[in-house]
Amino acid sequence: MIVLLIYVAIFVASFFLVKLLVHKTTRDFTARKTVTFGDESAVRPNRIASVISVLTIFLLWGAFTGSSWVPGFLHAPGPFVGDATFTYTAEAEGAAPDDATVTVRVFPVGEDVEAPEVDPGAGWAKDDSDSVGAWRSGLIRVDRNDGYGRDEGHTVVAVNGEPIAPGGEVITEFGRVGMSPKGTLNFEPRKGWQMEPIWLPPPEAVLARLKEIAQDGYRDSTLWEHLGWSLFRVIAGFFFGALIGIPLGYAMGLSDWFRGWFDPIVEFMRPVPPLALIPLVIIWAGIGETGKIILLFLAALWIMAIAARSGVSGVKISKVHAAYSLGASKAQIMRHVIVPNSLPEIFTGARVAMGVCWGTVVAAELVAAEKGAGMMIMVASKFQLTDIVIMGIILIGVIGFGIDILMRFAEKALVPWKGRG
Amino acid sequence: MSGLEIENLSMRFDLPNCSSVQALKDVSLHLAEGELLSVLGPSGCGKTTLLNIVAGFLAPTEGQIRLNGHTVTGPAAERGMVFQQGALFEWMNVRENVAFGPRMAGKRERDWAGTVDHLLEVVGLRDFKEKAVYELSGGMQQRVALARCLANDPDVILMDEPLGALDALTREKMQSLVLKLWKETGKTIILITHSVEEALLLGERLLVMAPRPGRIHKEYRLPFADLGVGEDLRTVKKHPEFNKTREEILGMIWDMEEEIMGRTEETQ
Repeated sequence: MIVLLIYVAIFVASFFLVKLLVHKTTRDFTARKTVTFGDESAVRPNRIASVISVLTIFLLWGAFTGSSWVPGFLHAPGPFVGDATFTYTAEAEGAAPDDATVTVRVFPVGEDVEAPEVDPGAGWAKDDSDSVGAWRSGLIRVDRNDGYGRDEGHTVVAVNGEPIAPGGEVITEFGRVGMSPKGTLNFEPRKGWQMEPIWLPPPEAVLARLKEIAQDGYRDSTLWEHLGWSLFRVIAGFFFGALIGIPLGYAMGLSDWFRGWFDPIVEFMRPVPPLALIPLVIIWAGIGETGKIILLFLAALWIMAIAARSGVSGVKISKVHAAYSLGASKAQIMRHVIVPNSLPEIFTGARVAMGVCWGTVVAAELVAAEKGAGMMIMVASKFQLTDIVIMGIILIGVIGFGIDILMRFAEKALVPWKGRG
Repeated sequence: MSGLEIENLSMRFDLPNCSSVQALKDVSLHLAEGELLSVLGPSGCGKTTLLNIVAGFLAPTEGQIRLNGHTVTGPAAERGMVFQQGALFEWMNVRENVAFGPRMAGKRERDWAGTVDHLLEVVGLRDFKEKAVYELSGGMQQRVALARCLANDPDVILMDEPLGALDALTREKMQSLVLKLWKETGKTIILITHSVEEALLLGERLLVMAPRPGRIHKEYRLPFADLGVGEDLRTVKKHPEFNKTREEILGMIWDMEEEIMGRTEETQ
């Protein structure tokens, strides 16, 4: 909640700051428009906002994980680390209440630390010491070294002078001291606002993990093998899907028999999400490469068939008539009119199909695989290696984005007439 | 017999609700070689249907069409067509578009290059050969369409409102170009138009058609097309006969429209 508030605050503050400091020096046509609210073409992304947006995400991520990339004064308060002390007051049968001090050494998890040495002090309640990891909590048996044990009715009645009962708690400056129903003290050092690395590692840890896996690999395969296998499956599945789907779409666009025959199949299969086919494909073809490629083939097939069909249906009849009256044969009309005319639609379909295939391959690898980006993050999550999970998600996003950019480039280069008909 | 013969052509479309529309009824016409016929009429009079039958895209329910003695059964290179808009191939550049007919006929580039380049010169697109067609203005695109049709050297050119989508100024220039090409090539041309002025300027013969059923209402033989070859079209328009005929035809079409409106009101 606090993160959301900070995010909104940065959004609003940077908006006013940028408006105040940056005066638009552009004097193009849009700058002269008086009506911009409601004119969609006048709304262009403010690139300053984009940069601030990305920086803000990393700033919040770093600030709430104690990242070394973010200067210390911007860090959210971290967990308490050091020696915490509190006093308790104990009572026992036949003895006056006595006070003693507990010293707890709170250390960052992963370090090897011993409890500090303390002088037992005077009175029958002796001073204690213990150690607890940051973000963790620990039971502290204060009665162990005291003059009277539990058999003599040893009970803690107050912490730092505040009364405490079983099930109750006292908040000290170092953290929370609770009491279990049986009367044992439980110390939970102050956690601060930062996230523990097992929930959210700082960005530099993710980067370090990326370097490590890129060099040494993970689960018997290098990072490039994992990503390469995922990409290979997508390309193979898409290739076969297009190889069958495009001719099928053409046939459906050109012949009434083909359209009638395949319409029910295509219309039924189109709304079935490829993810729903994973169990069946695993039953039929196992979890190996064949199964994955069949799944991606099915994911791409219907999209490509429908794209090719609508590409054929979209041809202007005047173009076909013109070609006939210029003496072209049916084969020539297919080759020189129908196919080029349908290419823009097919490219749009291919972009959609590639996106769907990439999403499907990751999901299929999450279910079962020996190699692959999805398998990597699934296995890592089982060991709570959150840094690998986050690294994997970022890489999957980057590759998906990269595929789309490549398809757009290919589209621009190969079908420059798109949308100009 | 040479030329284009249209004999007792009738066309009836059956509608899904068991009624039918008589698009053309008993249309007969003989067009000698090299004649330019413009066809005019209110919407729904069957002009485009007639042109599509002549082009071979539709088979008539009755009657037949003969070109130079043989019966027309489907589209062929001998009858070229120029459409209103959007019939160019965007994936080819201007020169490839114009050369489409010869290329499909399997001719080699050295056989068609001369004709194609000459035609591009005639329509004023010599410097735009390598451009993509979508980079051209509407008027230039129609010039490409004209050149593409001529490059195939058809016997008859069918024009379906070829200048309908152009602005008034471009349209006037294109009208001169059509006349010039007609005179130079000596082709038989059928031109369908909505504009009375254009029909008068370009038509050596002018056909006014009436709707429901589509039929020939009146035919004119006009001198303006021949005048327009040598003179500025604006001078031709000042001709007293021109204005008289225009008023007459406008009145005629106006009456037809009124009749249609009246008939629909009655049925309502």
